[in-house]
Amino acid sequence: MKQMSRVVRTISSLTFGYIVIFGFYVIIYGHVTPGGGFQGGVVVASAFALLLVVYGHNKTEEFLNTNLLSFAESTGLILFIALAFMGLGVSFFYNFLTNSGGLFGHTPVSGVNPGDVYTGGLIPLMELAVGLEVLSAMGVIILVISGGAASIKKKKEKS
Amino acid sequence: MNLLTHIPVLVIVIPLLAAFASPIIGKLNKKNLGLFVSVILGITLILTLILATNVLTKGPAIYVFGGEDISLTHPSGLFAPIRIIFQIDAMSIFMGLIASLVFFLASVYSLSYMKSHEGLEKYYTLLLLLATGMSGMVYTGDTFNFFVFLEIASIASVALISFKGTDCGEPAEAGLKYIVVSAIAGSMVLFSVAIFYGQYNVLNMATIAEVMQFTQLDKIALILLVTVLAMKAGSVPMHMWTPDSYSEAPAAITMVLVAVSQASLYALFRFTFTLYNIKMNTVAVGWIIIILGVLSMFIGVTMAIIQKDIKRLMAYHAVSQTGYMLLGVGVGLAVLANPIALETFGIKAMEGGIFHIMNHAMYKGLLFLTAGALFFRTGTRDLNKMGGLGNNMIYTAVFFIIGAAAIAGIPPFNGFASKLIIYESVYQFNPLLAIIAMLVSILTLASFVKVFHSAFLGPKMEQFKDVKEVPKSMLFAMATLAFIIIIFGLFPDLVVKNIVHPAVMALINQSSYTEVILGGM
Amino acid sequence: MVVVNNFPFITVVILISLGIYTLIFKKNLLKIAIGIILMGNGVNLFLVSLGYRHESIAPIYTNAPEETSMVMPTAQALTLTNIVIGLATTALILSLAVAIYKHYGTLDTDKARRLRG
Repeated sequence: MKQMSRVVRTISSLTFGYIVIFGFYVIIYGHVTPGGGFQGGVVVASAFALLLVVYGHNKTEEFLNTNLLSFAESTGLILFIALAFMGLGVSFFYNFLTNSGGLFGHTPVSGVNPGDVYTGGLIPLMELAVGLEVLSAMGVIILVISGGAASIKKKKEKS
Repeated sequence: MNLLTHIPVLVIVIPLLAAFASPIIGKLNKKNLGLFVSVILGITLILTLILATNVLTKGPAIYVFGGEDISLTHPSGLFAPIRIIFQIDAMSIFMGLIASLVFFLASVYSLSYMKSHEGLEKYYTLLLLLATGMSGMVYTGDTFNFFVFLEIASIASVALISFKGTDCGEPAEAGLKYIVVSAIAGSMVLFSVAIFYGQYNVLNMATIAEVMQFTQLDKIALILLVTVLAMKAGSVPMHMWTPDSYSEAPAAITMVLVAVSQASLYALFRFTFTLYNIKMNTVAVGWIIIILGVLSMFIGVTMAIIQKDIKRLMAYHAVSQTGYMLLGVGVGLAVLANPIALETFGIKAMEGGIFHIMNHAMYKGLLFLTAGALFFRTGTRDLNKMGGLGNNMIYTAVFFIIGAAAIAGIPPFNGFASKLIIYESVYQFNPLLAIIAMLVSILTLASFVKVFHSAFLGPKMEQFKDVKEVPKSMLFAMATLAFIIIIFGLFPDLVVKNIVHPAVMALINQSSYTEVILGGM
Repeated sequence: MVVVNNFPFITVVILISLGIYTLIFKKNLLKIAIGIILMGNGVNLFLVSLGYRHESIAPIYTNAPEETSMVMPTAQALTLTNIVIGLATTALILSLAVAIYKHYGTLDTDKARRLRG
């Protein structure tokens, strides 16, 4: 099958990094502006989908390692449950970092202001865990489905 | 930090954490993954038993997620409970006991049944996720949380049904039918939850029960909920997914799917009895549930007699036995507003229906496990090709006889006890229904005699002559279920008085559910 | 006037009935998947439009001048959860469609029917 044209390949390679950075911005600022773990994770996964459409399945699978993504997904999930367990002294999912002056512990001010990212307590950490999990899970899903489609096409061309 | 007060959430979170950890453990140590999963589910079973003794002696247990105190239901200055609250009363712990026992036995059975499959860490991850989903469905006291756990259980069970779909195509088709049904059911349950939220601005079940006025929108929500929850439980006329899904899944998963369908039945009873209670027209809704039950009983057993595939036949029988549960509880619902009839036969009918839920999980699980044992050794599910296996597989044949006698309602097994309670009380309500129920029982016995004759009796066949007995872990799972069937059949009075009767009274008294959270407001 | 006031809810009814129509009458497997997605979108629109309060602004904490009312944010949290669940369902049904195409050779549900009776 013919490759995509040179213009498309160059522009998509250049914008891949910016899309990933924007996705991580949406994840980490989730408690101040609209966005959060799931939304930012899907933005990063759409960068992977861009690579898949432009370069085809075989070259993308050399670039994105499925085993590493699967390991990152398990790490994100276990981090989420471990953070929920840490408040078990009071109750499950208790937000023990809020308004306490430690990590992410500032108190939010009222009125119109630019927004402080260090507020929120346990919430930004959980957003990071969920974002890591969503981006790796969506990456694995699109790689596996396109791999199945590629193997069906190869079997059809052979017969 | 008192660990006993945290048990309601540990029962949900320990399988969830094991589900997230098992891909990593599967990559490191592939041989012992099954043993790890069985130990985790065994710990969950022990915690559920401790929770059951706590709830049945001291009253309903609650757990508030993320609150300053575990029992703080009203945060300061707010008008209603706003956090997610788990509320475990006698009916919830009844279903929870069934769930934890069935999942533990499924993982023990899968130690040797699925040993030669590849991709086994995905199987155990999905099994643990399904355990979390079903336990969350029965323990929660929040309508939207119930929807989330319902979807977790549906997606995990679709993936498990089509687990063998990489080699042949039929499991993928069965999984497709089930995912279309469960996606429609999930969307409609969320639509009803949104109707409740839009009118009363709360998501908590006890608070909705307290402030419910039966408006036109609530009627729409009731119709939607009864229809789609009966569809997920597998009652006629929405039962088309049941034979395909139950026959194409691996044998341990079919036993688990029976329990998950009964969790949808639990949700139907919870929504009609606790949220609405006598504010709706209980005679009309009760008669609708009775008619669904009678149709399921009759059509299920008549479609079962003509089947050639052993697991498809048992799946149609599962549809038919669901009809018994709907009939018993429907009679109780129809006389809910009438205190004299409720005392005479209403409570006994509900006791029969709910006792039948536990009995059905036990003997139907045993029958599906024996069918799985036959498939494991002979490689076929077609009754015309099997024959003469009673000479080689003696233990499997004995367990099959126990299961078939229990489903047909023969004393001293547990099917007889619950069916007798249903016959006696439904006869006082309407004699025709009891006669139909007895006819269905006779036809059930006829079809299982046919199965026993084709599979086990007869001379030894040539291609099966060196078939051995199944491995020990599968025998252990089947023997546990057979033991429970015999014990429940010999002492049904103890079970009904201590476990079933508190569950029925918890369903009938709406105030015993709401006063735990709202505290007499 | 009734139509203009209740415009979101009429759209919800149209979306859900279009989804049910697609599920009943279309034969191609991908169109059935689109029908399920349409039903999910209809319910999402219903959930979001339940949170609206008259003349209120978006519920972003750092954006609010004194004495303005905001729309209810819990309806948006429920919608977000449903979108995630719809994503998982879509991924699963598309994987099943690929598996059915590999084994049966067709995506027509009238022809891909080996389990019957």
